Amino acid sequence: MNRKKRSNHIIIHIILIIGAIGMLLPLFWMLKTSLVSLAESTKIPPTFIPQEFMWSNYSDVINLLPFGKFYINTLLMILFRVLGSVFFSAMAAYAFARIKFPGRNLLFMIVLIQLMVPSQIFIIPQYMLASKLGWLNSIKALIMPGIVSAFGTFLMRQFFMNIPDELEEAAILDGCNRWQIFSKIMLPLTKSGMVSLAIFTALFAWKDLMWPLVVNMSIDKMPLSAGLASLQGQYSTNYPQLMAGSVIAILPMLIIFIVFQKQFIEGIATTGSKN
Amino acid sequence: MNTNISKNNISSIVTKEPKVTKKKLQDYGWAYLMIAPTIIGLIILNIWPIFYTLNLSFHQNGDFGSSGQFVGLANYKRLLSDPNVGSATLNTFKYTLVSVPICIILSLLIAVLLNTKIKGKTIYRTIYFLPVIAAPAAIAMVWKWLFNADFGLINYLLSLVGIHGPNWITSPDTALISLIIIGIWSGIGYNMVIFLAGLQDIPKTFYEAADIDGAGPFSKFFNITIPLISPTMFFVVMTSIISSLQVFDYIYMLWGTDTIGLEYTQSLVFLFYKNSFLMNDKGYGSAIAMFLLVIILIITVIQLKLQKKWVHYQ
Repeated sequence: MNRKKRSNHIIIHIILIIGAIGMLLPLFWMLKTSLVSLAESTKIPPTFIPQEFMWSNYSDVINLLPFGKFYINTLLMILFRVLGSVFFSAMAAYAFARIKFPGRNLLFMIVLIQLMVPSQIFIIPQYMLASKLGWLNSIKALIMPGIVSAFGTFLMRQFFMNIPDELEEAAILDGCNRWQIFSKIMLPLTKSGMVSLAIFTALFAWKDLMWPLVVNMSIDKMPLSAGLASLQGQYSTNYPQLMAGSVIAILPMLIIFIVFQKQFIEGIATTGSKN
Repeated sequence: MNTNISKNNISSIVTKEPKVTKKKLQDYGWAYLMIAPTIIGLIILNIWPIFYTLNLSFHQNGDFGSSGQFVGLANYKRLLSDPNVGSATLNTFKYTLVSVPICIILSLLIAVLLNTKIKGKTIYRTIYFLPVIAAPAAIAMVWKWLFNADFGLINYLLSLVGIHGPNWITSPDTALISLIIIGIWSGIGYNMVIFLAGLQDIPKTFYEAADIDGAGPFSKFFNITIPLISPTMFFVVMTSIISSLQVFDYIYMLWGTDTIGLEYTQSLVFLFYKNSFLMNDKGYGSAIAMFLLVIILIITVIQLKLQKKWVHYQ
């Protein structure tokens, strides 16, 4: 039995290792190509370890594109989207989950409709709104569509509904008003929900490409996703430089992910199981 | 005595009633105040745009402010006879039909293997999740390089086993396959994490009982795991299909505006983007967006109907 179990584990490891190589190879190839010269990158057979480390690819690509600005724009976009969506969603979710008020179901329909409609329906009017407000080519435009969140309201509502009634009833008897109950008693109990939502919002904003492409055409107002896309248009064949740019663009989220790995995985898992 | 009690009751009701109403009114006030930012935001950013896009789809080239000339159903008529829309719809469906099942089977397999008592689970989980956190533009560029016909790693590896690799991105036979491969590679990690959470919710006692009955691993998988994970499966199927129907980033990055091979991969969302923002034909773009909305709604309704047959809620 024990021997059988051990041989089973070896088979599992072999399958998982083959899969892991498949997942890592493209990322390894990105890193490797970013470190070789243009001539070496087109060698056949290819080199798996750089013969000569060309760190200059990185300085070249940093000179070509304002990566510092991309970082700041991305950071600001994510920060305000996370703050806005977490705070507003938690507030609305508490009211939807714990207070009975006239029109509750009808107003909650607005949340559900947003969740069912593909985002392309919203983009043209949102673009026109941003343009009318004079927000094109600004951080405000990047933040705008994500400042409130139907998904966040839905997710947080699930958390608030799971809290037992007793806690709230005791606070009501003590004469707390709704805001005090929400901010002092309920909010701390949904910390894990807020972390999940924050991670989900950050990841979504980080990966969104179409909206930044549409609203921010000027290069110094782009986030990393769109900025990196513009690199390809300009220098489509110098792969060592393109890969150096890709590594620079992947790095910040990679570091955040490795540091907050547990929260990331749990956060994503929650977004699935709570629905 | 009796009258006394009833008198007391009445008086208590009378004195309490206004208090309750006042409390309730206060509650209403707080509730409306607390939902206000989200609801107002959603109305401006999402609800009003639905009607705006619908209205725009009945107009020709709606520019800033002026909504252009009313043309009735002309955009929809054009859409139905546009060969690009036809091929884009076909591409989108083909992409979804192939990539979603493969991606789900692979991510469930990995999740099941990671749900055993093996060493190094965290490391594996981290590796499989890595593509999820990578920016799509970076993913697209490295895959374009891997797929490169002359210097790409994939064709080099194929040449080692004596296969002359195709021109992946530009060949009509392989362009869509390239897109599918990238979609699967970048989607596995997310689904795997959700499946893993679902698997961990299955009570161990079910498996212990099956062990006593002498059930093998396959019988356990199909008789316990699959039915008990069906709600998670339903969520993953729904989200995967909907996001696959909206595939855009990799197409934009790899086939750009006019690379050879675009016609074999361009999706409905790509056509929406191209017409709305590159060709500035927002009326036609809106019609394409509405067309996509209808497709997604139909598929969602079918899914919700079908789920009654295969999803088991505990």
